[in-house]
Parts: sequence; C-alpha cells; structure tokens
Amino acid sequence: MLKISDLVKRYGGGEPVLKNLDLTIEGESVVSIIGSSGAGKSTLLRCINRLVEPTSGSITLNDTELTRLRGAELRRARRKIGMVFQGFNLVDRLTVMENVQSGRLGYISTWAALMRRYPKEDIRRAFELMERVGIAHYADKRADELSGGERQRVGVVRALMQKPEILLADEPTASLDPKTSEQIMGLLRDLSRELKLPVLINIHNVHEAKEYTDRIVGMRYGRIIFDDLPAALDQEAMDRIYSGSPAADRAGGLKEAS
Amino acid sequence: MSTDPIDGPDVPAGAAGGATSGAVATRDHWRKKSFIANPVARWLVYGGVILYVVWTLGTLPIDWARVAEGVERAGRIFGGAFPPSFERSGLLIDGFLESLKIAILATFGGVLLSIPIAFMAARNVVPRAVFYVGRAIIIVARSFHPVIVAIIFVKAVGFGPLAGVLTLIVYSIGFVAKMLAERIEEIDFGQVEAMKAAGAPYLSTLIYAVVPQIMPRQVGLTIYQLDSNLRASAVVGIVGAGGIGSTLANAFGRYDYDFALAITMVIVGAILLSEAVSGQIRKRL
Amino acid sequence: MTLSDLRRDDWSRFSLKQRLQRYGVLALTLLAIGWAVSSIEVIWAWVWDAPEQMGDLFGRMIPPDPSNLSAILRVLWETVNIATIATAFAVILSLPVAWLAAQNTTPNRATLWVGRFILVSSRSINTIIWALLFVAIFGPGIVAGIVAIMFRSIGFVGKLLGEAIEEIDKRPVEALEATGASRFKVIAYAIVPQVMPTFWAVSILRWDINLRESTVLGLVGAGGIGIILQGAIDTFNWREAATVLLAILGLVILGEIVSAWLRRRIL
Ligand SMILES: Nc1ncnc2c1ncn2[C@@H]1O[C@H](COP(=O)(O)OP(=O)(O)OP(=O)(O)O)[C@@H](O)[C@H]1O
Ligand SMILES: [Mg+2]
Repeated sequence: MLKISDLVKRYGGGEPVLKNLDLTIEGESVVSIIGSSGAGKSTLLRCINRLVEPTSGSITLNDTELTRLRGAELRRARRKIGMVFQGFNLVDRLTVMENVQSGRLGYISTWAALMRRYPKEDIRRAFELMERVGIAHYADKRADELSGGERQRVGVVRALMQKPEILLADEPTASLDPKTSEQIMGLLRDLSRELKLPVLINIHNVHEAKEYTDRIVGMRYGRIIFDDLPAALDQEAMDRIYSGSPAADRAGGLKEAS
Repeated sequence: MSTDPIDGPDVPAGAAGGATSGAVATRDHWRKKSFIANPVARWLVYGGVILYVVWTLGTLPIDWARVAEGVERAGRIFGGAFPPSFERSGLLIDGFLESLKIAILATFGGVLLSIPIAFMAARNVVPRAVFYVGRAIIIVARSFHPVIVAIIFVKAVGFGPLAGVLTLIVYSIGFVAKMLAERIEEIDFGQVEAMKAAGAPYLSTLIYAVVPQIMPRQVGLTIYQLDSNLRASAVVGIVGAGGIGSTLANAFGRYDYDFALAITMVIVGAILLSEAVSGQIRKRL
Repeated sequence: MTLSDLRRDDWSRFSLKQRLQRYGVLALTLLAIGWAVSSIEVIWAWVWDAPEQMGDLFGRMIPPDPSNLSAILRVLWETVNIATIATAFAVILSLPVAWLAAQNTTPNRATLWVGRFILVSSRSINTIIWALLFVAIFGPGIVAGIVAIMFRSIGFVGKLLGEAIEEIDKRPVEALEATGASRFKVIAYAIVPQVMPTFWAVSILRWDINLRESTVLGLVGAGGIGIILQGAIDTFNWREAATVLLAILGLVILGEIVSAWLRRRIL
C-alpha cells in the first residue's frame, strides 16, 4: 500500500509545486494521474522514489517511510519501486538483455554486474518477461536498434525485473504512436493483474486513462481535485481539471518534456 | 526465489541433450556476445595482448637501486626547486619574448607556405602528380616531431631562434596544410564550375570560387597554430632552437632547479592563457 | 524614387565598420610581425645562407647508410613498446582522473579541483620536459621515457574523457538510480557504455601521437630511437642519420595506418 500524506514540494523558492497532497493506493489497481502540463504529475511520481526530494510530508510504501531514507537504505527501498519513463531511458549501447538485467543491479554482486554473469534465476525471469511482452528474440540486439514501442517494452521489463511492489510510469506512451501506445497501456494493465502489482501512470491521453485504468486522479496546480472511477470523469470534472490558467500554461510552455 | 539451487536447472538441460526442446522451455543461460565472435581468434588476441604486456614489462630494465636513489634525487630536485626563483626574471622575460617572436614568425611563414601546399594536396583542384607531391610534403612535415626537425636545423643553421622559426614553419605546414587541404577537398564544386563556365582563368577561379569557401577555416587555423607554435617553441628550445625552452634547458643543465621551476610555471601560465584566448577568439569567429 | 538612385557605381563588400575592423586586425598583425622581425636575434646573413646549408646537409645524407639497420630496427621496436605501454598505463590511470574531473561524477567540489589540477599540470608540461625530470629521477633509459609519456598522456586522455562524461545522456543514469543500483554500478552500466566510443577513439589517437613523441625521448636520454639519431648526428654520421630518419618516417606512417584500421574496426 502506498500512502502519501501532506506532501509538499517546492523547487527553490517560489510557490510549492505540490501543495499538501494526500493520496492512498491500495491493492493491485491501475491508477492514472491526469492534469495539465505543469500540474506537478511528474514531480509527484519522482517524489515517491526520491528522484526528487520532497520538501515535507510523508510517503510510506508497505509501512516503510520513504522520505527519510538515505544511502543504502534508500537504494534498498528503490529496488521495490519500478519506474517506466516517457523517453524509455535505456542505455542505447547495451544489449536488450543487459538493459533488462540492469533492473537487477540493486540485487546482484558488483562482480556479476561487471562480468555480465547474471544469476540463472534472473536470466530465466528476464526471458519469461521478455517473452510475455514479445521482445525475447531481441535479447542480443542493441537497445538503439529497436523501435519506440519495443524500447518501451524493454523499459517495462527492466522495471519488472526489480520485482517491484509498485510500478510508476511517467507518460509511458507519450512518445509512441496511437496504436503502440494502446498496446503498451494494455500491457501495463494486464501485467498489473498478472503480477498483482499496483501501477501509477501519469498520462495526458484521457481516453486511454478511462479505457485502461481502474481509477483516475486529477491534479491541478499541485492539488488533487478529482479522485474517482473512470466512469465518474464527466465533462464538468474535465473542465475543472484542465480549465486554462495563464500560470499553468506558461509553466507548461517553458518546460521541456519530462 | 533468492537462493538459486546450484545444479538444479542444469540436470534437465543436460538430459535434453541435442534434442530441440519445446517452444515454451524457458532459457536460463545467456552470455553477452563477444566483440570477436570466433572464440579461437578471441583467445589468440587476448593471449597475444597479455603476452606482449607481460613480456615488455618483464624485460623493462628497471634498476630498483637506481630508482631508490632517483627518488632521493627527486627529493633533492624538488627541494632545490622550492621556492621558485624569479631572481633572474630579466632572462626569463627575454626568453619568453623570444618564444613569442619565434611563434609569430613561424605562424606567418608557415601559414603562407601552407596555402599553396594545401592546394597542391587537394585532390579536386590539381592534377594527380602534383597531388602526390603535395601529400608527400605534408606527410613528411607531419611525421617528424618538431624536436627532430629542430636538431637538424640547429646543425644546418646554428643555434638560436632562426632554427626555431624554421622548425616551427615545418610544424605549421604539417598541420595547417593538412587541415586546409581537407577543407578544399570538401568545398562546393558548383561554384568552381560556375566560374569555369564564365570563362575565368585558373587562378581567378581559385581566388573567387575556392578562397572564399576556405577563408573562415583558414583564420581559425591560423589562430590555433599560433597557440600551438607558442607551446612547441618552449620545447624545441631545449635542443638549442632559441626561446624560453633554451632558457629552461640551461637552467636545468646548471642544476638551477628553482629557476627551472619558475620558468616552467611561466610556460604553463602562458600556455593556459594563450589556450584560453585562442579558444575565445575561435569561438567568436 | 528615380532610376538614377539605383544607378550606383560604388560597391564594396564590407560596411565601413567592418572594413575598419579588418584594417585594424591587419595592422595589428603587421605590427606584430614587424616587431618580431626587427627585434629577433638572428644573423641575417645566416638566413640567406640557410637554403644552401640545408642543401649541403641533405647532400651529405645521400645515400643513406643501412649498415646499422638491425640495431636501428631493434631500437625502433623499443620505441613502439614505449609508446604502447605508456599509452596503456596512461589510459588506465586517466579513468579515475576523468571521473574526478567531470562535473557530473565527481564526489564533491574539492575532488573536482583535484581532478582539474591533475589534468592541467599534465597537459601543459610537454613530454620532453617531463622526460628531463624523469631522467633525473630514474636515470637514463626507457623507464624514464615511459613514465614521461604516461604523465603527459594522462592529461590529454583524461580531459577528453571527462568532457565525454559531462556530455552523456543523463536519463539512463536517472533510470538506473531509480532501480536502487549503487553509484558504482550506475557508472558501470549507464555511463561507461556511453563513453566507450570516445574512450577507444581517444586511446587510439593518443597512441598515434605517442608514437611520434617517443621518437624524440632519446634526445634527452629517455630511451627509444632518438638515442641512435642523436649519436649519429653528434658524430656527423649523416648517412646513418638519414637511415634513422627514414625508419622514423616508416614507423609513423605505419602507425597511422594501424590506428586508422583500429578505428574502423572498433568504432
Ligand atoms: N527540476 C526542476 N526545477 C525547478 N522547477 C521544476 C523542476 N521540475 C519541474 N519544475 C516545475 O514544477 C512544475 C511541475 O512540473 P512537473 O514536471 O511535475 O509537471 P507535469 O505535471 O509532469 O507536467 P507535464 O505534463 O508537462 O509533464 C512546473 O511548473 C515546472 O516548471
Ligand atoms: Mg511530466
């Protein structure tokens, strides 16, 4: 169970990007977070695995308080949190297998990592997962030889190799064409069911959010203003989430894709 | 799931032997494909490299007694070098100014000579025979370290800055003419054809159609070369070709280590400064 | 507007300011050259004499004398070894230095400056000057040469490698940090693969340069072919010197061919 309470994040001075935010995710549900650019979706996700340092508040994952962990403890906690990125963030010059196994780096010895002598258990799991998402035959290809959709599958498998207790996905389909995008969303939903894994997805495509997720959280200027089943997301709710504001628009325009 | 039975998975795999297993059989073996695919060639290369390293290191004539003594001597050198002495700064300034003059004249002469040589060495503007001559000049100029060239010039024209200037002219040709020739080879040939079509003679064609295309590169190269010549002039001086290098070699020869350190510091400072300045100018261009 | 307004017959390529700038730069250049020519201490008679002297010298080099060829080739091989071993060690030693000197991998400010200091001192002191120092320490011979080349190369390789590290794509690094991998493993999996091409390119380039540098070490007593060259020149044995020079030429050209081949093969 992921429990976020009273989370505040402020970059430098200025107004907080996340304002006393509370969110609880129980069970193995797929939750999507929507909201206009600059609403703070990425910041929220990154606070969970501490790629961004929260300013104050509390985040607990299965009763471990994440916000105060440091060093080795933080790394141990991060193993339990998988992350999928919009830009895939693969190591281009490594093979698919090495990229996939890099999800296990927190577990294996340095020697095994350097020599690429992965435990049999891990190799078997990698092949199973790659088979599952349809990229097993690419194991020896370099990551930069793959198409976007294939690369995102590698990204998903890498995250799943961690045996995570939760999966975070920051706009996992924003760099993909509509059809591939739907495939990846379907895959995330199915994997969540199969592995009994809660999944938290930032997404701009409201249609996909409704179609593939169990619950939708709507953010606006660092606050959660909508949190309900997809069916409950009506036009009025949409307007509240996305209604234009110069500040938000400006922030969105200046910001590079995250 | 964390502990892996050591021999468990191997047994069924061994039993299956050569028979192709079912499509669903999951693999638990993976090795990174090696850069050299053929294992024999791979081990030959590895073995060769190891043998070479062990053999060359093993036959290094290291006399440990001498080294121990040397460390002591190093202590003495460094002890004698601190603090650096700027007492004879007059000598130092003279040496440095001489290096600067050598660098300026060599850059001027070298760049001037580089232009015709570069044209000669550009495949697309001259006949084949001339091209080979041009390339040969560049290869010879590039192949010899300036110190070797300096020794020869010192023998031919005597000690002093003249040998330094001549050396660095050769050095400049090796670099500037090579880079320039490469630039000439990649110019837009359409412009040359347009000039030819207009009936322009050979030299006018070069001046109007080729020179404007290579000019920006030429200016950048000149500034870069001035910087490199200043560096190199500190070195060729050591074998007697004038400039601050000669001052340094003299100081070293007279066991004047504190003065030598002062000179080295000035050289390093000047090099850093000239690198920064030339980098700034080239960025602006 | 009448047609006469268009009938201009003055045209110049540059505006007045541009032209003044150009003249300024030109004047400055001429001034510098004038200063250098007028104050440099050369005996001008020697300058006019120089071509003749050079011709005379080369005349005495012909024909090259190959009687000492086997010794020359043996020392040439030693020269190759100096360059190769020194490059190998320098490349290995430059890895931690590059790591210190790259802003995104260095542990803290102090280590960054340590790294930069090592690079600058290594780079701005020439191989020959390093060799002078190490000959004083290790005594004349190949060891001093190897160490000298190594010291000079660390800065070169370290600087280029450090820049490559600073220019990597940071996103994979972030992704691996998010998996809970240790700092060292993040470097091994996300940074090393990205700088590998630069690493090989720089190593090959430096080997090529070091081949040339190691031909002159002998002149200060630090081993290699330079010793024979110096000996031949000092005894005015110009015909043997010519053989040595040809051998060096062959070595350098061969080195360029080998490095071009390696570059094609590896990159
Ligand atoms: N590293 C940073 N430093 C300073 N400000 C930042 C940083 N990252 C994000 N911000 C700011 O925080 C706000 C929220 O950014 P965030 O990336 O969380 O938005 P988002 O909802 O993910 O937007 P998008 O949909 O465009 O990805 C924006 O105003 C942004 O400018
Ligand atoms: Mg975002």
